[in-house]
Amino acid sequence: MQMKVKQKQPRKYVISKKLDDFFFDVYAFVQFIGRFFKELILPPYEFKEVIRQCYMVGVKSLPLITLTGFITGIVFTKQSRPSLSEFGATSWLPSLVAIAIIRALAPLVTGLITAGKVGSNIGAELGSMKVTEQIDAMEVSATNPFKFLVTTRVLATTYMVPLLMLYMALVAMLGAYVNVHSNEETSFASFIENGFHNISFLDLFSSVIKSIVFGFTIGIVACYQGYTTTQGTQGVGRAANTSVVTSMFLIFIEEIIIVQITNWFRVF
Amino acid sequence: MKKKELHIDKNKVVITIRDLHKSFASNHVLRGIDLDIYQGENVVVLGRSGTGKSVLIKIIAGLLKSDKGTVNVLGRNVAAIRSRELEQLRLKIGFSFQSSALYDSMTVRENLEFPLLRNSKHLTVAEVTHAVETALDAVGLSQTINQWPAELSGGQRKRIGIARTLIMQPAIMLYDEPTAGLDPVTSMEIIDLINEVQERFNTSSIIITHDLTCAKLTGERMAVLLDGRFVQVGTFETIFKNGDEQVKSFYEYNFIT
Repeated sequence: MQMKVKQKQPRKYVISKKLDDFFFDVYAFVQFIGRFFKELILPPYEFKEVIRQCYMVGVKSLPLITLTGFITGIVFTKQSRPSLSEFGATSWLPSLVAIAIIRALAPLVTGLITAGKVGSNIGAELGSMKVTEQIDAMEVSATNPFKFLVTTRVLATTYMVPLLMLYMALVAMLGAYVNVHSNEETSFASFIENGFHNISFLDLFSSVIKSIVFGFTIGIVACYQGYTTTQGTQGVGRAANTSVVTSMFLIFIEEIIIVQITNWFRVF
Repeated sequence: MKKKELHIDKNKVVITIRDLHKSFASNHVLRGIDLDIYQGENVVVLGRSGTGKSVLIKIIAGLLKSDKGTVNVLGRNVAAIRSRELEQLRLKIGFSFQSSALYDSMTVRENLEFPLLRNSKHLTVAEVTHAVETALDAVGLSQTINQWPAELSGGQRKRIGIARTLIMQPAIMLYDEPTAGLDPVTSMEIIDLINEVQERFNTSSIIITHDLTCAKLTGERMAVLLDGRFVQVGTFETIFKNGDEQVKSFYEYNFIT
């Protein structure tokens, strides 16, 4: 009997292949976020693994955050001094530095550093687990891999980024003090008093909220990229890279939105 | 090592597959698979690369969903049960992956402890240690207990992968290309291990392979998968003496006479 050969129909796209793929990816990402919240609520809870991941994200990032924070404090103070000294206003330096660090620099720099260090790490780790069937192995040994791998990592970044941000703000202020002290011989008490004089609860609160949002973004983006990796080792590299680029892009977008919302509150 | 004659209980079916279909986009991988696996039996699924052999055992383990048809494992329909029940069923299924799938971030001991600690929370530290040592002893790799997966050879990784599944004392073993990428001597060690697992633990197994030596030495029955269907099911001798041209070409390619 003659076999009927079915003609392969060319695939039709709603807009174009690239745009269709983009919207499908966004849809899949939204579904992934939805699954995260579902798994977060439902037992069993992975407390031990969350603590282990907090250690991996938080404690292991401390050296880099310390170094970056200290340098940020020194550099920002050094760069700001000439402009202020033109108006004879170098006494405002602690206040200016504190506002800049707490409102913008600490959350943003911590977010970007964590996206680079932790985001790429999570993306590559989950990606390689996916392509070497380790995630499937976890599933067949009656462990929910989404809960064990994704939920714990996203929680860890969400918890740890605000803490790292507060720590970085402290270290950056210390760096700024070192610079101010070496030039103006200001005492530490006076530096702190002047520095925190203009810091309000809203400044600190908005920075913590910002960091929580950044932490969640870094975790969920990296986990999504890693967990959905395809195409072998090439895919692992792409997952790590896309985790960092997407997280950083989203962090800047979120920064704009949160600053705008905070400014509305500031008016009231 | 020659395989021992084992008693297979043909009244007790542990896996029943009926009219199983699976597609990936326009690629119809499985086109109506029917198979029964009996208690204590090793069934080898033979076929060329990309014919859906691994897809078949992933559907049995509930890692993939079928498009049509049913898979009953130990009397439970894998596609119809809830996720909690599926987790319980998976405790009775051991899955040896082609890539071994050992957790890179854990030592051999931690790899073996992982399924045990997560699913048998009442166990004491001494009991867990004993179970790990027994499983490692069963695969002859007690000395690797504190090593990292990256420090092991391909054959050792395969054996540790099998030990990790044995620790939960499964009733069914699914082997995905157990001898792929291994030299003949190491392949023979894995083949002996598969037979030893069957003898010692009375497991029923599905062995996915395109290695005819492995197929001949491990399986009581073979099923040849071609174009998404089983074209032949029977013993090694019946299949390759009376097989059609495609099956014969597969045999000739493996250079076994």
